[in-house]
Amino acid sequence: MLREEALRAVYPRLKDQVVVTIMGAVAVELYNLGHQPNFFYLEHGMGLASSMGLGLAVSLPKEKVTVLDGDGSVLMNLGSLSTLARYRPPNLTHWIFDNESLLSVGGFPTATGAGTDLAGIAEKAGAEHVVIADTVEAAERAFAEASERDGLSIIVSKVDAVGPTSFTMDINLLVNRFQFSDHLNGLRSP
Amino acid sequence: MPVSVKNSEALFAALKSAGITLLSALPETWLVHVMQMAEDDPDMTLIRLNKEEEGVGISTGAHLAGRKSAMLMQNHGLLTSVNGIVSVAQLYRIPLLMVISYRGEMGERDPWQTEGGRITEPLLQSLGIIYRKLSDPETLAYQVRQAQTLADSSLRPVALLLTRELMWEE
Repeated sequence: MLREEALRAVYPRLKDQVVVTIMGAVAVELYNLGHQPNFFYLEHGMGLASSMGLGLAVSLPKEKVTVLDGDGSVLMNLGSLSTLARYRPPNLTHWIFDNESLLSVGGFPTATGAGTDLAGIAEKAGAEHVVIADTVEAAERAFAEASERDGLSIIVSKVDAVGPTSFTMDINLLVNRFQFSDHLNGLRSP
Repeated sequence: MPVSVKNSEALFAALKSAGITLLSALPETWLVHVMQMAEDDPDMTLIRLNKEEEGVGISTGAHLAGRKSAMLMQNHGLLTSVNGIVSVAQLYRIPLLMVISYRGEMGERDPWQTEGGRITEPLLQSLGIIYRKLSDPETLAYQVRQAQTLADSSLRPVALLLTRELMWEE
């Protein structure tokens, strides 16, 4: 499966959620599907997208929060899976796209290609709902379920190591940051 | 344990008076009482971390959602958080309040704390992070509020160093 196909399939649902993506291909592909003020692209601080998702989820209990993560980033902050499983915010979906590669910096192989099993790690970290979704149909189903259920959901999808032709995004990162916080501020107002 | 309960209470009250409702923390001898107070207080959310840098992400998410938070950690936790501080909090202009126990300074008996102590202030200076050392329990609430005010107006991290004088009863 291409990550872009999965994102396209779930975009109608993503559009209405608070979304944090990691840098690189994931950010560009979501952006190209159609930017929303509730989308935040974490362009650096590799590994911290899931921690940001936790901070957002516990601060916005009425919103659905989704983190679009990658194998390289998750491997850099594996402890976060354990923290997520410990506090299990009911409104958080952590979706890990595993292309077994650090694609955005030239495609160097990561440990998931050598046997590291992120879904297995998430389960053993204590997450109770971990779904493997490697086809577009499975991804659509898993994300629909995650969006509707009350509980932390972790989805792991093997995807091809293919990214966009260009990594350019026509939005300044501080514009994205303030648009996002203004939007969330509006959600909190009665 | 000679960690000051009275001054821990004053610190916890000071954090609450600055409007902080979320603390992310990693246990440290000097912080045990404050963490327990956070755990026991229904108005405070405590997130116990596996590694301090996670707290930068958590506080960033909380801030963007309009919630005041702080990180509670030892100075070695500051060392481990540097990339997050630079590449998330400073890059994205997040008013990250860091409350840091200042181990390895004057009076430190544990040799393993001394290297971190020696470079804590130079590190904060080189990161361009404004900080104050807290030693007077009487002015804690004021100092924490002032730090929160500066963080909010500058949209940058601010650090408060908890000294031995404040936290430890010899």
